[in-house]
Amino acid sequence: MNHRHDRQPQPQAIDEDVATHVYLCTGCPLGCRLEVDAVDDEVVEVRGFNCRKGDRYGRQEHLDPRRPLSTTIWIEGAAIRRVPVRTAEPVPRDQLVAVVEALRGLRIAAPVKRGEVVVADVLGTGIDVIVTRELPAVGQRDHLTTGQDPPASEA
Amino acid sequence: MPITGQLRHLEADYDVAIVGAGPAGMAAALGARARGAERILLVDRDAEPGGILLQCIHSGFGLHAFDEEITGPEYAQRYLEQVLEHDIDVLTDAYVMDVGPGGRMKLMSPTVGVTGLDARSVVLAMGARERTRGAIRIPGDRPSGVMTAGLAQRMVNLDGYLPGRRAAILGSGDIGLIMARRLRLEGVEVVGVFELLPHPSGLMRNVVQCLDDLDIPLHLSTTVVGIHGRDRLERVTVAPVDDGREPILERSWDVDVDTLLLSIGLIPDAELARELGALFDPVTGGPVVSGTMETTIPGVFAAGNVVHVNDLADWVSREARVAGEWAAALATGARRPDEDVRLVPGDNVAYVVPHTISRDGTHTVSFRVKRPIHGPTMLRIGEVHRRKVRAVVPAEMVTLQLAPRMLEGWSGAVLRIDAVPAEAVVR
Repeated sequence: MNHRHDRQPQPQAIDEDVATHVYLCTGCPLGCRLEVDAVDDEVVEVRGFNCRKGDRYGRQEHLDPRRPLSTTIWIEGAAIRRVPVRTAEPVPRDQLVAVVEALRGLRIAAPVKRGEVVVADVLGTGIDVIVTRELPAVGQRDHLTTGQDPPASEA
Repeated sequence: MPITGQLRHLEADYDVAIVGAGPAGMAAALGARARGAERILLVDRDAEPGGILLQCIHSGFGLHAFDEEITGPEYAQRYLEQVLEHDIDVLTDAYVMDVGPGGRMKLMSPTVGVTGLDARSVVLAMGARERTRGAIRIPGDRPSGVMTAGLAQRMVNLDGYLPGRRAAILGSGDIGLIMARRLRLEGVEVVGVFELLPHPSGLMRNVVQCLDDLDIPLHLSTTVVGIHGRDRLERVTVAPVDDGREPILERSWDVDVDTLLLSIGLIPDAELARELGALFDPVTGGPVVSGTMETTIPGVFAAGNVVHVNDLADWVSREARVAGEWAAALATGARRPDEDVRLVPGDNVAYVVPHTISRDGTHTVSFRVKRPIHGPTMLRIGEVHRRKVRAVVPAEMVTLQLAPRMLEGWSGAVLRIDAVPAEAVVR
């Protein structure tokens, strides 16, 4: 059985102008099946929700679906080879793959700090890509925490 | 603020020693400090504190703990910064080999060798480990390319390797769903997620955001019945299952893949508690705990995924803070509360944590339902408390707060927890 959630817009003619689109609300375990009536880009009515979250979600999902995006990029000189990054805000859903591809070739060097911007305004979205963890340069770890110089072999 | 804590000197005695520095261990350490423990040790076998949070680069953490949606590494770092601010001893690269009665702990690490120490209280916070192919006995060859989803997550997010080019995922637990998206975004072809049960095991938002968004098919009531390949995985055979979850082999089909990720559940990594002789809950696979998160071994506490597999790190930290607070309280001379009320699973409830509570004090009661109820649901704690919720699913743990006033005038010994359709409840 191939299960697919019926959430891709599936216009059904009600009258000439209004089309109904179906989305699955992710606000709580109930998973309401939302029916959004819209005329072009204007939402006329949202049905099928059991709370206000569903109403809001249905409108947002129809007009401008966005998702938080995380990925990793290469980092040189740290104890691990990838540093995790995320978009500072959710990005348009249809740009998820494009943003990850834009970051693929990027290489940065340790040390980095949490919140540091690695790419500003990625793909013209107006959204920055930020580092989500601190990574000291290899050999700096002991230095930072104990106040002692790193051993020469690691430096 | 440095991200790593490096221990300069290991004491011979600690008020509270904590095994595991993930979301449970770090929260337990902060709880212990808040409740007045002076010497606190946090031990982890990895090179740095943070646990599995460090490879969980996706967002969805912190909504309860920090009132803000952040990623796993950010959640870990925020906790670690507090841990270091509170001057807690952190020993990494260290493996706890044994916890004896009375808090005698034996550990080894490259920096301190094999050594022992005494802890007045111990908090077990080792988390969970993934079930593997052996746990479900998939027949076939034993090629490379078959691995757990969490291992693949570590390879991709920390080590910078892709596990393969074309992948199938068995099990729709959250880690499997998140890895489906992660692999797809990194250019791996993900042919589908196969789930034995008739409903997804992971959170609904992960089904939408990890699969539907990227057009990855989810095959429910379907499982992997064969693994083929000499050195490297070449294909898997999948088959639908009947109502008794038995594969219908005549309807099976083959899928060409070089990678099979297994997201088939977690089990508490509770060997230390088992070796101590603690009483276990056969459903959770973790130790039985009281309202203070103490196991049946006095002075040994446990919290987080080592007790029961949680779906949110925030719940793990909340529970572990209680464990840390009580570990400190008992280590510094407080009296153990009289925990003579038993909490037991009732209608449509698989398990309840904690297993016993006291009549005073406020308790967070956590449980998981057996079957989904897609509509108004009544949650009941015996006759003393009830709450109506919109729906319940096995993938999402349910919590209720039990306050002392609810038990006023109640003199029973056992409270049954039920989750039933609201219309079935006769008032």
